[in-house]
Amino acid sequence: MGVVSSKLGNLGVVTTSLEDAINWARTGAMWPLLFGLACCAIEMMSTQASNYDLSRFGMELNRASPRQSDLIIVAGRVTRKMAPVLRQLYDQMASPKYVLSMGDCASCGGVYNNYAIVQGVDEILPVDVYVAGCPPRPEQLIHGILTLQEKVKTERWTDWIKG
Amino acid sequence: MAITPVAQPTESVAKWEGSVEELRGLVSDRAMTGETLLLNMGPHHPSTHGVLRLLLELDGEQIVTCMPDIGYLHTGIEKNIESKTYEKGVTLTDRMDYLSPMSNNMVYCLAVERLTGLDVPERAQAIRVICLELARIASHCVWLGTHALDMGAMSVFLYAFREREFILDMFEMLSGQRMMGSYFRPGGVWRDLVPEFLPALEKFVDFMPAKVGDYESLLVSNPIWIDRTQGIGVVEPEEALNLGMSGPTLRASGVNWDIRKAEPYSGYDRYEFDVPLGEHGDVYDRFFVRMQEFRQSIRIIKQAMKALPGGPFRSQNRKFVPPPRAELGQSMEAVIHHFKLWTEGFSAPDEEVYVSIESPRGEIGCYLHGTGDNKPRRVHFKTPSFMHISALGAMSKNHMLADLVGIIGSIDCVLGDSDR
Repeated sequence: MGVVSSKLGNLGVVTTSLEDAINWARTGAMWPLLFGLACCAIEMMSTQASNYDLSRFGMELNRASPRQSDLIIVAGRVTRKMAPVLRQLYDQMASPKYVLSMGDCASCGGVYNNYAIVQGVDEILPVDVYVAGCPPRPEQLIHGILTLQEKVKTERWTDWIKG
Repeated sequence: MAITPVAQPTESVAKWEGSVEELRGLVSDRAMTGETLLLNMGPHHPSTHGVLRLLLELDGEQIVTCMPDIGYLHTGIEKNIESKTYEKGVTLTDRMDYLSPMSNNMVYCLAVERLTGLDVPERAQAIRVICLELARIASHCVWLGTHALDMGAMSVFLYAFREREFILDMFEMLSGQRMMGSYFRPGGVWRDLVPEFLPALEKFVDFMPAKVGDYESLLVSNPIWIDRTQGIGVVEPEEALNLGMSGPTLRASGVNWDIRKAEPYSGYDRYEFDVPLGEHGDVYDRFFVRMQEFRQSIRIIKQAMKALPGGPFRSQNRKFVPPPRAELGQSMEAVIHHFKLWTEGFSAPDEEVYVSIESPRGEIGCYLHGTGDNKPRRVHFKTPSFMHISALGAMSKNHMLADLVGIIGSIDCVLGDSDR
């Protein structure tokens, strides 16, 4: 993609492919859903707070409504009672939408192999990126988000048609 | 006129097919005719602090009934602990009240220690007090940040989390983990204080009082904050006791009850501190009490730091505590103890104990019933958030819907704590 610096005072012509332009826009301002379940949500808050400052990656704006968000970070253990609610939230999100499974509980049930916990959120949602840890450090979450951005950047228009 | 619940499910999930009749007796009769509105708040709502769901009956903007629905974070931790040896259970307790894991570790370890009669060295007790008070400050930082955020004061969140990060860094020094350290173990703590911990702690107690002043200056003189907190969610002292409240929420109503004073544990009777009390029992007083607790916690930490005793950091009773690695090469007995403790763990008698401590949220209690074997028969936790959430109905009656957000924030509920 051609780079134009407006600082030069000479706004030229940018040539790029539609795929690259759209992927650039999607990665640069991916708004997550304001959604926390358990312990990992506290680390997610830490990631958004002053020290780790998630807004460096265009993600400072948490939307409380699933209609306005692009990414759902499943932060914490998903119980059987919560699972239908989570699926409903995912269904209400507009495409393109991504799922990041944060922490061991959301990824595979973690230490809770019991009657109450869904053994991995991938039983109910299509997960794009898994982040390990109990809870993951903010650096790990940021790495997960960057991995997701890498993934989005490589999307082709055929992927969009498939949904 | 028929009324429908406000939540509108999409096709992919089941529609709510119940009728308002099911709620007869729980909501007022006016809801049956559609005179009042039934509104579903949560489990996904930015200000319910997790996955709390409230069913509200509204007369215009005014709350007629408020029914909490919990269980969206029920994890089966109590049941899981039954299948683990006593020491492994500590790891699971971390994840109950995830804002102050140290308090959960503490109450569980105290219960195990009382059940088995295990001693805790003085140094371990002092280290525990320091950690518990740091956990209280860290937990109050999250409470303050999110409570203010709910009420529209964004910047407090950023300030409070900056100091919380400092505490988490200290926890990482001690236990290797930021939040879920499982640092407390039956008989003491996992390892001794690392050399860089005390200098960091000294730095912390030096700068923290000024930071607490900063938080207060952001809120106390803010007319919007005052208007939205004073006179909201008032609980009278008798009512607070009847509702089973504890901790800062109870003390804001003027009831002088602090387990650190009433039934001191871990040597809290050695330290001098005041129990801050409120007068009116409203949202502002609960805010005020917690702000004072910041200062009292720093005061306790300073005393504990100064009088930190030497000696072992964990009990020397080898039937319960594994020997240090260095002994394994020299002593056959140490090898046997090591092997026994890491394969089957220690046994506790077939008796029951109940221990309670003062967590940042209130009284957290642990009921532990041994079997005479290496696993407990039953573990139950009495948690403050559960009590406070059940009190929401009484606290929010006849208030505006917008005030409910402040009331939820002021009880500082953690759903992991209430659902477990």
